[in-house]
Amino acid sequence: MAAIRNVEEIRDGALAALAQASDRAALQEWRVRVLGRKGELTTVLRSLGSLPEAERRVVGAAANAARDVLDAAYTERAARVEQEELRQATERERVDVTLPGRPLPAGSLHVITRTLADVLDAFRSLGFWVAEGPEVEWDEYNFTRLRIPEDHPARDMFDTIWVDYTRPDGRRPMLLRTHTSPMQVRVMERRQPPIRVVVPGRCYRFEATDATHEWMFLQVEGLAVDEGVSLADLKGTLEEFARRIFGRERRVMLRHAYFPFVEPGVELAVDCFACHGTGCRVCGATGWIELLGAGMVHPEVLADVGYDARRYTGFAFGMGIERVALIRHGIDDIRMFYSNDVRFLEQFPGV
Amino acid sequence: MRVSLRWLEEYARLVLPPEALAQRLTVSSAEVESVERLGGWGPEVQVARVLRVEPHPNADRLRLVTVDLGGEDRPRVVCGAPNVAEGQKVVFGRVGARIVDGHTGKPAVLKSTSIRGVVSAGMVLSERELGISDEHEGIVVLPQDAPVGAPLDEYAGDVIFEVYVAPNRPDMASVLGVARELAALTGQPLREPPSAIVPSGAARTGRVTVRIADADLCFRYVGVLVEGVRVGPSPDWMQRRLQSAGMRPINNVVDITNYVMLELGQPLHAFDRRQLRSGSVVIRRSRAGEAIRTLDGTDRVLANGTLLICDGDRPVAVAGVMGGEDTEVSPDTTDVFLESATFAPSSVRRTGAALRLRTEASRRFERGLPPELAMAGARRAAHLLVELAGGVVREPVEDACPQPRAPVRLGVSLARVERVLGIPVGRDESAEVLERLGFTVEAADEGVLRLTVPYWRPDVRIEDDVAEEIVRMVGYDRLPSQTLAGRVPAPDEDPVRDLRERLRLRFAAAGLREVMTYSLQSTDGWTAAGDTGDLTPLRVANPVSSEHEYLRLSLAPGLLRTLAPVLRLRRARVGLFECGRRYLPRRDELPDERETVCGVLAGERPDRWGSPSGESLDFSDARGVVEQVLSGLVDGLDLEAAELPGLLPGQAARIRAGADVIGRIGRVDPRVAGKFDIAVPVYLVEVDVADALAARAGPGAYRPLSRFPAVRQDVALVVARDLAAGELRRAILETPLVVSARVFDVYEGAPLPHGKKSVAFALELQAPDRTLSEDEAQRALRRMIERLRRQFGAELRGG
Ligand SMILES: [Zn+2]
Repeated sequence: MAAIRNVEEIRDGALAALAQASDRAALQEWRVRVLGRKGELTTVLRSLGSLPEAERRVVGAAANAARDVLDAAYTERAARVEQEELRQATERERVDVTLPGRPLPAGSLHVITRTLADVLDAFRSLGFWVAEGPEVEWDEYNFTRLRIPEDHPARDMFDTIWVDYTRPDGRRPMLLRTHTSPMQVRVMERRQPPIRVVVPGRCYRFEATDATHEWMFLQVEGLAVDEGVSLADLKGTLEEFARRIFGRERRVMLRHAYFPFVEPGVELAVDCFACHGTGCRVCGATGWIELLGAGMVHPEVLADVGYDARRYTGFAFGMGIERVALIRHGIDDIRMFYSNDVRFLEQFPGV
Repeated sequence: MRVSLRWLEEYARLVLPPEALAQRLTVSSAEVESVERLGGWGPEVQVARVLRVEPHPNADRLRLVTVDLGGEDRPRVVCGAPNVAEGQKVVFGRVGARIVDGHTGKPAVLKSTSIRGVVSAGMVLSERELGISDEHEGIVVLPQDAPVGAPLDEYAGDVIFEVYVAPNRPDMASVLGVARELAALTGQPLREPPSAIVPSGAARTGRVTVRIADADLCFRYVGVLVEGVRVGPSPDWMQRRLQSAGMRPINNVVDITNYVMLELGQPLHAFDRRQLRSGSVVIRRSRAGEAIRTLDGTDRVLANGTLLICDGDRPVAVAGVMGGEDTEVSPDTTDVFLESATFAPSSVRRTGAALRLRTEASRRFERGLPPELAMAGARRAAHLLVELAGGVVREPVEDACPQPRAPVRLGVSLARVERVLGIPVGRDESAEVLERLGFTVEAADEGVLRLTVPYWRPDVRIEDDVAEEIVRMVGYDRLPSQTLAGRVPAPDEDPVRDLRERLRLRFAAAGLREVMTYSLQSTDGWTAAGDTGDLTPLRVANPVSSEHEYLRLSLAPGLLRTLAPVLRLRRARVGLFECGRRYLPRRDELPDERETVCGVLAGERPDRWGSPSGESLDFSDARGVVEQVLSGLVDGLDLEAAELPGLLPGQAARIRAGADVIGRIGRVDPRVAGKFDIAVPVYLVEVDVADALAARAGPGAYRPLSRFPAVRQDVALVVARDLAAGELRRAILETPLVVSARVFDVYEGAPLPHGKKSVAFALELQAPDRTLSEDEAQRALRRMIERLRRQFGAELRGG
């Protein structure tokens, strides 16, 4: 039974060779050599015809069995080789994910822009729309119609930068607005109640600059006029605002204040988000952070724009955005905002 | 206003500690800006009397001082002060006292020492050692009324409130006014100071009559003649109180006028009666050229119409601002004519501004004083002149008051108060808090309070003022936090703002950092960028500094100034932008405030690591920004080469959207950049938001996508060097079937002839209704090239 032995030798030799095949090419070569049309086993099967009947049947069965064994071995080996190749390829192409990315140009929005956007969003969600107005204003809108006539001592509250423009009568009526409040008058002039508006914009004061004072600053004015608007509404609206900006659990405190164009006038403080009222560096040890001035729109201001001041009431407020940003980000010098040191800008990346 | 709590205590019991009082005032009345404590020296620091001063046996400049502390103990200590003398009241520190070291200025504890062989168990102290000033030349000499042996804290300790006085509250510029508020807030009674006077007999020196000639500027003038005063120092307690308020004692007569001003808020002036020669005081406006020498020794020429106090026709005081030198009280004055008047606030304010002279008196008049206070002040001051300077008040008390006012009465509807506050406050509670504040509640009908407003509250004129009085008394804590009811109004549209905000985001997304620069620039600043043509900016009359004098016409200078230091820090690409306004002047109108977004780019393109690659940014980077920020926002975006001020010719263009110019782009002229210390190429991109809005693209209409495949074909065309690629591209796109044409290369040089360039386009040809055959596409291209040859002399490269 030399033929049988031959089949067994072929099978064992092929299995040994298969164990050595470690890549696709070797596998392919092995397959052609062993199982191909001119392969060793095929040759055995082809030569069966020359064998006697009885031997042919035995050798044929043995050869077919050997073929099945080799086929299965091949499939298993191929899967293993493929897996190994994949593993090696993965290893070759492994990247260091901790390396910096290929940089895209880094743009960013100014921290004041972002603070303002958050503040405006808070009021938008309460039904306020956003309007803007002129930075160069008439005395009439900035002062007179807000009940601050010429020669009124309240003008001392607003150190003013005047535009060098003199009327024939010797008056100098043009100025850089000292607050966004003139927009109260401008908005009410062009529409009827109900009104809910916030007005962001640059304002200017004739003031020396230091860590807490800038002569140019960004203010947001708020105005709500309707039947039944009250001081309690002001308190609730600003409390909701404070919660959105400084955290849900914030509380607000009102105290008495004087602004000629509101009555009653208040200042609003929010409990310190850093120490929760016990006193710290952020709040200057008081537990409260002074945030803004506000009040009920003076009925004479309403009457001046032609509103029925018996029927309509309103509240107004004005806040400095720099102050909100200083508090939120723990910035200790207001002059950082407009000196534009790129190292400062880069501390607030993105949009 | 500086308010001493010791002084305040005379009018109202202080039932809370100082910090709590300050808090109450701040929340409900007027902000206490600071609380300053005088004292805290401890029991070892006492008032002492100097018994003996003897020479030191071993030192010429030192002396041995024995002091009396009121008990058995009479310590003898070494003292180097030149001003020590027997009989003085001084401050003595025992061993163990906490003081400030006179030499180092640091806190120290007093020890027993031996100085040049003499043991010194204690010290006579200087102001510096007490920590109240830097004065260390001599020891503190106390007034003679200081009680020997008393701890200094007891005698001189005090708390000073710095109270902010709002322009509408003249009453708060007085100690009594602050006391009145505190009494009301804490439910204590107010003790008013005595002001009884008993005028007796006619004046020896003759009556002084008063006539108000300009009643529109002087509402009341009270004159009191006090004869037989002895001018001398005022009592120690008065001097201390004046000092606590920051005023310098002068003599008893002047001190009394100042004291009453601080106490009641009514400024007064004392004339020497004998210097009022005519016996007739006239209050009138000045005539042209009139002048006066004021108390401070300055000769002042008065603007026409300045309100004056005149002796006959001679000006003797600038009403409400300052008295004249001629008639001032001197050490030998014996008869005083006391003025207590009410002047029009605006007149005093204008005069003060014109003379650049604002005094304690003028500040008070500016707030508008009630005429009633003039009489109260006159009586109080006359009372003190009698008590403290030995004078006699003569009959009659002159009182010119051309138009006496009735007290202000108000009917206050509780419904209105509720409307304003948002909460009801009951009739009885409202009445109670108002009465505490000095209002008289005459009747409380159904829902209406009938009130008389106290004369010292000129700020309360309408119902809403009373609502404020009520809420500040009942406390703001009582207000609930409500949200607005009612319908949400339809917003006003502001498309310029909306577009500006989109551009702001897109500039940031295009890799530029937002900066914010000042709206005001220096002279050099606005001309330096050279980009504003013939425009002249608005100037401000009182700039905060010469750096900030002109309202900007361009954002470029601010950006270039900001960019320069960044380029010194790093070489790789830097892009900065600002959204802001340019202020274009208009004759006799407010300027046109143009919303503008402007960006600058400079530096080298970064490599894979973000390091500078050595390859500078160029015009295409700037154009890339324009394409990215404006695509989809405006229709027909295109650049049109142009010569523009401040930009380098040949690298400058207008940004167009169809027929509209909406901005500019270009390389900043290197000479301009040089002025900002920038040596590398800088590119500028600017969009005028309102102009861009005019060219705003619509929402965009959908075009059906072709179902048929496109034929792609690259062609390189050789054309004249100065033919704009954009023009060539427009012509290509006019070719039937060509649906897109993208430039992908531009080449100049050999083997192309001089003056020629090759522009390569990637084309797509497509038919909407069928699959294009290769033949059809090639025919279309041949026709296109033929047309371009005729139109531009274009040749197919390599063709
Ligand atoms: Zn805190």
